[in-house]
Amino acid sequence: MKIIHAGLLIAALGLGACTNADRFGPGAGGAGAGAGGAGAPGSVNDPTSAAYFNATVGDRVLFAVDQSTLSAEAQQVLAGQASWLMTNGAYTALIEGHADEQGTQAYNLALGARRASAVQNFLISQGVAPNRLRTISYGKERPLEICSTEACYSQNRRAVTVLTAGAGL
Amino acid sequence: MIKFCLSLILALGLAAPLTAQERSGPLRIEITEGVIEPVPIAVAPFLAENAAASDFARRITDVVAADLIGTGLFRNIPESAYISRVSGFDAPVAYADWRAINAEALVVGAVTLSSDNRLLVKFRLFDVFSGAPLGEGLQFAGSTGSWRRVAHKVADQVYARITGESAYFDSRVVYVETTGPKNARQRRLSIMDYDGANVQYLSDASSIVLAPRFSPTGDRVLFTSYESGFPQIYEIAVGATQKRALGLDTDSMTFAPRYAPDGRRVVYSEAKGGNTDLYLLDLQSGKRNRLTSAPSIETAPDFSPDGSQIVFESDRSGGQQLYIMPASGGEPKRISFGQGRYGTPVWSPRGDYIAFTKQNAGRFHIGVMRTDGSAERLLTASFLDEGPTWAPNGRVLMFTRETAGSDGEPALFSVDISGRNLKRVATGTAASDPAWSPLLP
Repeated sequence: MKIIHAGLLIAALGLGACTNADRFGPGAGGAGAGAGGAGAPGSVNDPTSAAYFNATVGDRVLFAVDQSTLSAEAQQVLAGQASWLMTNGAYTALIEGHADEQGTQAYNLALGARRASAVQNFLISQGVAPNRLRTISYGKERPLEICSTEACYSQNRRAVTVLTAGAGL
Repeated sequence: MIKFCLSLILALGLAAPLTAQERSGPLRIEITEGVIEPVPIAVAPFLAENAAASDFARRITDVVAADLIGTGLFRNIPESAYISRVSGFDAPVAYADWRAINAEALVVGAVTLSSDNRLLVKFRLFDVFSGAPLGEGLQFAGSTGSWRRVAHKVADQVYARITGESAYFDSRVVYVETTGPKNARQRRLSIMDYDGANVQYLSDASSIVLAPRFSPTGDRVLFTSYESGFPQIYEIAVGATQKRALGLDTDSMTFAPRYAPDGRRVVYSEAKGGNTDLYLLDLQSGKRNRLTSAPSIETAPDFSPDGSQIVFESDRSGGQQLYIMPASGGEPKRISFGQGRYGTPVWSPRGDYIAFTKQNAGRFHIGVMRTDGSAERLLTASFLDEGPTWAPNGRVLMFTRETAGSDGEPALFSVDISGRNLKRVATGTAASDPAWSPLLP
C-alpha cells in the first residue's frame, strides 16, 4: 500500500510543477479515452478528458486575502469538479494550494496547505473518495501572474485541481 | 576544513610615550549607539616580505579594508594622503604623522609566501591618538587558497579590538540563488563568504529549494526541497553532493527546519490535513515529538541560544504574531503586540534580541525587539523585506528584499541593529533566503 502510494506521488508531481492551464496537451489525458463523448479522445471537446475538466468544469478556485474559506462561487466550481470526478473514476487529483506574494514564505506555505485542504474536504464532502485526492502547497513560490497589484494577486490566491490518470491511491 | 595557526607576535616596546592626548581612554566605538560619521583609519598596504607575496599582500590589504569599511563604522584614508610610509613591520610608528591626517587607528601588516606555498600574514593595530598598540600583534598561517579567510581573520581582530564586539567577517552565508522570471523561478542552494565571494553550489536548479539553515558548527545545512514532489526537509554536509531526507512522513509537507543549539535536534513545521504545527526531531534516534496542537498555523520556529526556548509565529490570535514556548512544548506566551503582522522570528546568537519580519499598512519591515517583546524597533521598510538572519556577533542582520512588479527580483541586504548601514550584499545573481553561519573556526 505504502509503496504504490509513493510511486503514484512521483507521477502526479511531474505534472504538478507546471502552472499553465493547458498543461494537458492533446493525448495527455489518455485515461479518459473510450468513455464516450463528442470530441476526439483527450481533446477539450471530450467530456471525459482532463482538458475538458480544466477548460469547462474549471480546475481552480480563488480565495480572498489571507483566507481559506470557499466562496459560494468556489463551492459551485468544486461541486462541478466533484461530480466530474465521480463520473470519471480513472483519475486522481493533486490539489495545489497557492498564495500571493503579500506574506512571508513559511506562512504562505501553511496558508496554501489550508487552501488545498479546504478544497479536498469539500470534494470529499461531495462524495469523492478520499484516496483519490492529495494536496500540496507551493506557498508564494509559483505565482501564475507576475504583476504586484490586486489584479494579479487575486489570480495567484488559488487552489488548482490537477488531474492525473490512474487509479485511487 | 582549512586549519589556521595563529600565533602571537611578542609585543615590542615600540610605543613612544605620549604627553598630550585628546581622548581619556583607548579608541573604542560603541556600535549599538549608531555611528553618524565613520571613524577615519589607515589600513596601510600590507608589506610583501618576499617578492612572491606581493600580489597576495595587495589583495589581502583590499579585503581587510573592505571588511572594515563595509561595517559603516570606518573610513579608510587613501594612501595618497599619507605623510609617512610604513617602512617595515617592526619599524617604529610615527604617530604624529598619522595623527596629522586624522587616522584614529593604523593597521600595519606583512605577508610572506613560504617555499611550500603557505601564506604567513601578520598584523599590528595601533591606536594613533593614544600612541600605543591596541592589543598584541598576531600572525596567521594558511594555504594560498585561503587568502581571503586569512584577510577576514585579520579584519575580525581589528573590528573586535576597536568595537569590543565579537567578530563576524570570517563567516559564510547559505542562500538560494534565483534566476528566471517570477512565475518560473529556478532556485539553487548556494553558499558564499559573508561578502559574496567564493560561491559554491549545493544543488542544481531542478527543484524548488527553500529556507536553508546552518548547523551550529557550520558544517551541515538543513533546507526544504520539492525534489520528491512534496516539500520535505533535507540535510546536506557543506562540500558534499549527496543530501539525505530526514525520513519524515512522505504524505505530509515538512518545512521551516532549524537546528537546536546542540546540533542533534531539529524543530520544524509539518502541515497535516491543512493544519501546520511544530515538531521536534531527534536526528540520531529519529524520534519525533509534537510541540504544538492547535488548529492555527504554527511555523518559522527558532531556538534561543541556550536551547531552552523556541520562538515561533502563530495566527492563533487571528493574525500572525510571535510567541515563545519552552523547547519541550508547553503554553506559548505571546510577545508581539504592535500594529500589523509579525513573522519569521530569529533569536540573536547573543540572546538579547529577536529579529522578525513585520507587515503593516502594505509595507514590510525587518525589526528587532527584546525577548520579552519590549523595545521594538523597525530597521527597514520596503515593498517586501523578509526573513532576517543574524551575523555571528548578533550586531548585523541579513535579509531578503524583493522588488515589486513583473520584473521584480529578490536580493540580499544587510543592516546593523541600529538601523544603519543598509546595503546590498554583492551576489552575482538574484538571491533570497540567507542564513548566516557561525564564525568559522
